[in-house]
Amino acid sequence: MNEVPAVRNAPTSNADLFLSFNWLALQGFGGVLAVVQRELVENKKWLTLEEFVEDWSVAQILPGPNVINLALMIGGKHFGWRGALSALAGLLLVPTILVLIIASAIAGVADSEAMQGALRGMGAVSAGLIMATGIKMLPALKTNPMGLVACIAMATITFLAIAIWRLPLSWVLLTLGPLASLWAWRCITKSETV
Amino acid sequence: MSITLNFQDWLSLLMHFVSLSLLAVGGAITTAPDIHRYLVDEQHWLTHYQFTSSVAIAQGAPGPNVMFIALMGWNVGMNAAAGMTPEPNMLYCVMLALLGVLVTMVGIIIPSATLTFFSTQWAHNNRELKEVRAFKAGLAPLVMSLLVATGWLLTGNHDNYARDWPMWLLAAVTTVIVWLTNTHLLILLTAGALLGAFQII
Repeated sequence: MNEVPAVRNAPTSNADLFLSFNWLALQGFGGVLAVVQRELVENKKWLTLEEFVEDWSVAQILPGPNVINLALMIGGKHFGWRGALSALAGLLLVPTILVLIIASAIAGVADSEAMQGALRGMGAVSAGLIMATGIKMLPALKTNPMGLVACIAMATITFLAIAIWRLPLSWVLLTLGPLASLWAWRCITKSETV
Repeated sequence: MSITLNFQDWLSLLMHFVSLSLLAVGGAITTAPDIHRYLVDEQHWLTHYQFTSSVAIAQGAPGPNVMFIALMGWNVGMNAAAGMTPEPNMLYCVMLALLGVLVTMVGIIIPSATLTFFSTQWAHNNRELKEVRAFKAGLAPLVMSLLVATGWLLTGNHDNYARDWPMWLLAAVTTVIVWLTNTHLLILLTAGALLGAFQII
């Protein structure tokens, strides 16, 4: 087991933030959560494990890419808006250049049967990865104050609306989101008064 | 694919991503179905193939998965360059593609980043507050479902199940493997690429 030591470090400068988040992004193939935790909590010790879990849940509640939200929070905490921008740039700059180079390199041979097939195969795999990420969240719904049945009902309606009926995301989120949050509010209130 | 984009179209592109930014609860990838609906089905600025390969390449490359949006912007820019007469030189094509990257990435990141920056302090100090907990609990099943719906839409064109069943099978098998094991994603992506390259799927 990894003991998280009591020693806590902090980023030393905006350049440190930029380089650290850049290094973090370059290690993140597919899922970055595991990398984020290993780097920031175990190696850099910028956050304790408890702080990390709290910050991560806030990063998830807010809209926008989770890792980007986390970078903005950590950068902002230490060096204000300059820190937030440094962390954000570190996370995005080099990976953007890399992904464009990869895509352009592939573009030259993109018309070949083999490359078309390879991309199709990778596409199906990444579709599976995304579905699995969603399914892995199921256990978390068991402790949801709304109860598992209500959660599954809402998840099913959302799935039908987006995947089958192809409704715009904004309609679905702006109607179902407040309804679900209100229902959760009710359930929390009820459980607290008992 | 060649398309024509005027200033109004570029502005619409920006505004679409701006409007999606604040809806991207659970990560940028949950906006993928709506981006597909807008760019592929409605505006015809991007082909379905460009859409799915953008996601696949971004997943296979290092970095946050929001990179798939940069690639779609790149492709829209390239498509716009291809629709110009006379055909512009290489440098102009690249500049237009980079404009696509800039417009889509600025649109998807700036609104949510601004909100995050100013609200994290508040949310952190009030994480025990009932409003915060209710918001989080209410959105949890929606976020979960959006991810499954995204994977579903990415698996393939939904017009020919008899032809595409191997893709569905591969996506389903991947789902189970990722769900139940800790297999590294790069191994799975490589396997998918090989299966496709040798025309097995």
